[in-house]
Amino acid sequence: MGRTLLDRVWESHVVRRADGVPDLLYVDLHLVHEVTSPQAFEGLRLAGRTVRRPDLTLATMDHNVPTGDDTPVDPLSELQLATLARNCEEFGVPLYATGSGREGIVHVIGPELGLTQPGMTIVCGDSHTSTHGAVGALAFGIGTSEVEHVLATQTLSQRRPRSLRIRFVGEPAPGVGAKDYVLAAIGELGVDGGVGHVIEYAGPAIEALSMEGRLTICNMSIEAGARAGLIAPDDVTFAYLEGRPGAPKGAEWERALERWRLLRTDPDASFDRELEIDVAELRPQVTWGTNPGMVVPIDGVVPDPASIDDADTRAAAERALAYMALEPGTPIREIAVARVFIGSCTNSRIEDLRAAAAVVQGRRVHPAVRAMVVPGSAQVKRQAEAEGLDRIFVDAGFEWRRAGCSMCLGMNPDVLAPGERCASTSNRNFEGRQGAGGRTHLVSPAVAAATAIAGHFAEARELTEAHA
Amino acid sequence: MRPFRSVTSHALVLDRPDVDTDQIIPKQFLKRIERTGFGEFLFFDWRKDPGFELNRPEAKGARILLAGRNFGCGSSREHAPWALQDYGFDAVVAPSFGDIFRQNSLKIGLLPVELPAGRVKELMARAQAGEELTVDLEARTAGGHPFELDDFSRECLLEGLDDVALTLRDEAPLAAYESAHPAPISTLLI
Repeated sequence: MGRTLLDRVWESHVVRRADGVPDLLYVDLHLVHEVTSPQAFEGLRLAGRTVRRPDLTLATMDHNVPTGDDTPVDPLSELQLATLARNCEEFGVPLYATGSGREGIVHVIGPELGLTQPGMTIVCGDSHTSTHGAVGALAFGIGTSEVEHVLATQTLSQRRPRSLRIRFVGEPAPGVGAKDYVLAAIGELGVDGGVGHVIEYAGPAIEALSMEGRLTICNMSIEAGARAGLIAPDDVTFAYLEGRPGAPKGAEWERALERWRLLRTDPDASFDRELEIDVAELRPQVTWGTNPGMVVPIDGVVPDPASIDDADTRAAAERALAYMALEPGTPIREIAVARVFIGSCTNSRIEDLRAAAAVVQGRRVHPAVRAMVVPGSAQVKRQAEAEGLDRIFVDAGFEWRRAGCSMCLGMNPDVLAPGERCASTSNRNFEGRQGAGGRTHLVSPAVAAATAIAGHFAEARELTEAHA
Repeated sequence: MRPFRSVTSHALVLDRPDVDTDQIIPKQFLKRIERTGFGEFLFFDWRKDPGFELNRPEAKGARILLAGRNFGCGSSREHAPWALQDYGFDAVVAPSFGDIFRQNSLKIGLLPVELPAGRVKELMARAQAGEELTVDLEARTAGGHPFELDDFSRECLLEGLDDVALTLRDEAPLAAYESAHPAPISTLLI
């Protein structure tokens, strides 16, 4: 029987295996941020423990940093940020603090620095750690107790999840991309369809994606309930990593490539579950409800809960429509938005910003819309500015902001007002996610950009001279 | 962690699927640097609705929560089980849980019990009729129905074991692993 990519990465990290207990897995990289770490460091302090491997640990500030140039930090956030700085100092953990030039959303800077590498195990106290699976690493989110465990021991006790493979085949139509693939997959699986599984994304449509697109896909694995997503590394991965600060150099790079090329699923390996999606049949996706599985094509209408058989699912859809203030049968394109957010660990990388800028160039944001772009990292911001993307956004009427998680979860001052409707490139449309009472619709960067211009959900190809 | 053996109490019924951790404890409360004090903010936004389940008189003092499928999906915030435990819950019974929520709960002594959906509905009906339920970890039963939990997790919960201390007993294999596997990166050298 052949082995899966998951099997290969898992087996090479087992520190201890015994009957009746979970495997003890070694962690190659532990990413830390201000929100889920203070209680873990405090736990170490109370028990008189140290960080076992500061050299495999990296901290940054992302969740509640302000992204406006002069926005003050609220006192609680300031204390949390100062606590992270103090903990990193005390325990010898390297920290890319705000203003260091290397800060950014933890799931953007890991790959960007070349620290996220094929075959590694990566954890972080954040559910979107699944992002790093795009390079062929086993990466998953953990809670604060587990953060403490990893800090102290560089390991985690884990049972091996089941395996699910989603093959994406076909050629996408123009305007359809990675965000649409993954939203469609979540729509099909449901938000609990991946519970207990690691998802391997495979097939020609995945192989044809850039690294940024793959990161977007793996990022949203958790929205289908899967703790991790994986994509086998290939030449796209290697070209992305080569020359980055954390990547191997010289002869070591060659040796790493030899190892990395073996990280594949064997043709005769079996999965607990398999799914195939033909991307040629996909249209840009827009969520209508309060979880990412509540999604339809942009050409579609708000669904009617009465058509849902399962009573629990129907009741949830009714609650979602009431919260979202939407009527069944409303064409998605007729829904007007007040806000547009381009950012988050899902879609804030340079390619996302290029895609949005290409739509925006020479046009104006609709007068009823407030739109913002928040680059995923200080490095993405610099690169975008070097390419002149910031001017395109600012000239069109977007706010161009500093790196951070920002309005993906609204822990900083970037929040929706109650009742405000937002087209967002982020990953969660839960009630109140972007601000209490806020109404979030998840979309791709291209749709977010076109929607900002049109004032309602739109694709780039619909924009006319009138929008210039 | 707090040991868990058994709890007998009336139960709060929250019969909706996919309750995410953003609802259990919204983001504005994640700025605290302590582990305690989250209970008063449990379901903060939903509690603004006077008809919300937690606001009903019969919710008072409930130590068991009966919930719909995929309870605790979404964010990894351990603040969610902290808030439930701090509010007074000792066990959550549902057809399924978000993976990270389930793991976080096991780590702090909040027992996540998985039962088939039909049995959870039956327990909900009994709870709504006023019946007290017992969740017994030693016997692995909830409201008389057997549930599955692996022996290791059960033992850790029953004894309230500190799992960092448990792992640190494995220093020999850990040191052996580290000497056989040079680190692929160093965050100190970039």
